[in-house]
Amino acid sequence: MTTVQTSMPVPAAGADMPSLWMRLRTNRNWIALWFMLPAAAFLILFLAYPLFLGVWMSFTDERIGRTGVFVGLENYQWLWDDSIFWLAVFNTLLYTIVASAIKFAIGLYLALLLNRHMPFKALIRSVVLIPFIVPTVLSAIAFWWIYDAQFSIISWSLIRLGVIDHNIDFLGDGNMARGSVIFANIWRGVPFVAITLLAGLQTVSPSLYEAATLDGATNWQRFRFITYPLLTPIIAVVMTFSVLFTFTDFQLVWALTRGGPVNATHLMATLSYQRGIISGRLGEGAAIATAMIPFLAAAIAISWFGMQRRKWQQGSNND
Amino acid sequence: MTDSALPSKAPAAAQSDDSEGMSFLESLPRRVVTLYLPLFVILVVLLFPFYWMALTSIKPDEQLIDMDRYNPFWVVHPTFKHISKLLFETQYPRWLWNTMYVAVGATTLSIIASVLAAYAIVRLRFRGAEAVGVLIFFAYLVPPSILFIPLASVIQAYGLFDSPLSLILVYPTLLIPFSTWLLMGYFKTIPYELEECALIDGASRWQILVKIVVPLAIPGLISAFIFSFTLCWNEFIYALTFLQSTPNKTVPVAIVNEFVDGDIYKWGSLMAGALVGSLPLVILYAFFVEHYVSAMTGAVKE
Repeated sequence: MTTVQTSMPVPAAGADMPSLWMRLRTNRNWIALWFMLPAAAFLILFLAYPLFLGVWMSFTDERIGRTGVFVGLENYQWLWDDSIFWLAVFNTLLYTIVASAIKFAIGLYLALLLNRHMPFKALIRSVVLIPFIVPTVLSAIAFWWIYDAQFSIISWSLIRLGVIDHNIDFLGDGNMARGSVIFANIWRGVPFVAITLLAGLQTVSPSLYEAATLDGATNWQRFRFITYPLLTPIIAVVMTFSVLFTFTDFQLVWALTRGGPVNATHLMATLSYQRGIISGRLGEGAAIATAMIPFLAAAIAISWFGMQRRKWQQGSNND
Repeated sequence: MTDSALPSKAPAAAQSDDSEGMSFLESLPRRVVTLYLPLFVILVVLLFPFYWMALTSIKPDEQLIDMDRYNPFWVVHPTFKHISKLLFETQYPRWLWNTMYVAVGATTLSIIASVLAAYAIVRLRFRGAEAVGVLIFFAYLVPPSILFIPLASVIQAYGLFDSPLSLILVYPTLLIPFSTWLLMGYFKTIPYELEECALIDGASRWQILVKIVVPLAIPGLISAFIFSFTLCWNEFIYALTFLQSTPNKTVPVAIVNEFVDGDIYKWGSLMAGALVGSLPLVILYAFFVEHYVSAMTGAVKE
């Protein structure tokens, strides 16, 4: 008897429950929530939250081992009067502008070379990318040895060629160190720019060049009026990434000079590490890092408008 | 020939590569000056540091510092002393293992999360899917350099400081945005009709993802995996900040911090360390060149 009685209301609930369950199970928003959950958890816990925490920390006097109190703009006022901070800002801008410009010029040139017909093309293209594969720190260590004050292979070769008569102190002199670090950055960045631009070049139809040649266009005109306009969207994106990664670079400088000699190569990222982690003044380090955000926002804005202009690609099937 | 290097550029690339195009218009000397010579110079500059790294790691000490009696560009009696010292007298194998462990762990987590997220964004088309896609793209643009200080205190609060596990949890923030965008591109190319058939046959979304979408997107998954793995191996600032004790370090951090003593003979083992640390990636790259290139160009174009 009891079983019958209890089973009476069950069918009613059973008829309702599956329908709710079924509706949930086929509801896109509900399923999507679960599908998005792992990625969202990672990005919120370890990206969005620290981003806001970093801005908050820049307004406190937090140090390693003790929580800070709100001090308003004190860290920023302190930095405003700090000549080392401004030197780091100058270095970062110099580093970014010079390295990015040269990376773009050499990268585009290399891409144009690689786009031409030659033997062993696939092999050469693969080899070009190797500097980008090898971890930056490990190739920076190789550059450290190449730049050694006593046993530099560059100094040795130049002395043997009779160009100079004493060793160059690559990382000991301020301007020399800046140049050396920028060169190492260019060396690592060129393959990325070249290979991505090459991918863009390959979508340009050869018939355009043939038509232009028949019309009597010179090499320069073919580049200026065919290659460059068709490549502009991808150049915008590649260069935004390049600028972004150069601007926030840390590991190359840290491995080569640690900001020395006498702060001559400190970038904002390395200064932030020096002040925040090594000296333990987390608040001040966070303020330096936060000061990078406006520059990054500008780079992202440029990227965004560059992306808007890539309608030309949507006809091709290369995603 | 080039098709193997850049498979994704299918029709236009094949056409321009296989035909000689207009190259008959050029004479050989002109080609040498405008193509082979500059290319040769650039290649030499790009590859010289690796040659130098490899050469130094097998050079006996006395040849390293005596550049007058021995030509520094060559080695007379190569030695494996530096490499064996590295492998048997330091904690290098331990560091390699840490790096590998972190890279595999973080990459696996990221790929799983990215497959789910990319599928949801591209195919479930939930409310706000486009906005989420844009947000993920922005996440790609947030660099570690501005996050490491607050992250250090977050990691400290979770009690993960000085543990490789902290890196496994933090690296996905670098990898998920990239992999998600790459996989979104791959998923878009899979025809809707396949999914519709499966839905009619009663498959759930999960079954569709596991049995239809993922198997068809294997090339994309390989690309995402290789590229993410390389990024993990390359990452430095988080590892430098979060890992303190010597046995827990990853290869890049250990190379910078543990070998740098005043010893003039450090260069042999330092270069051997850099070489051995680079080799796994170069070997991986050699096997998956085309996936790597399509990952890199795909992520930029998407």
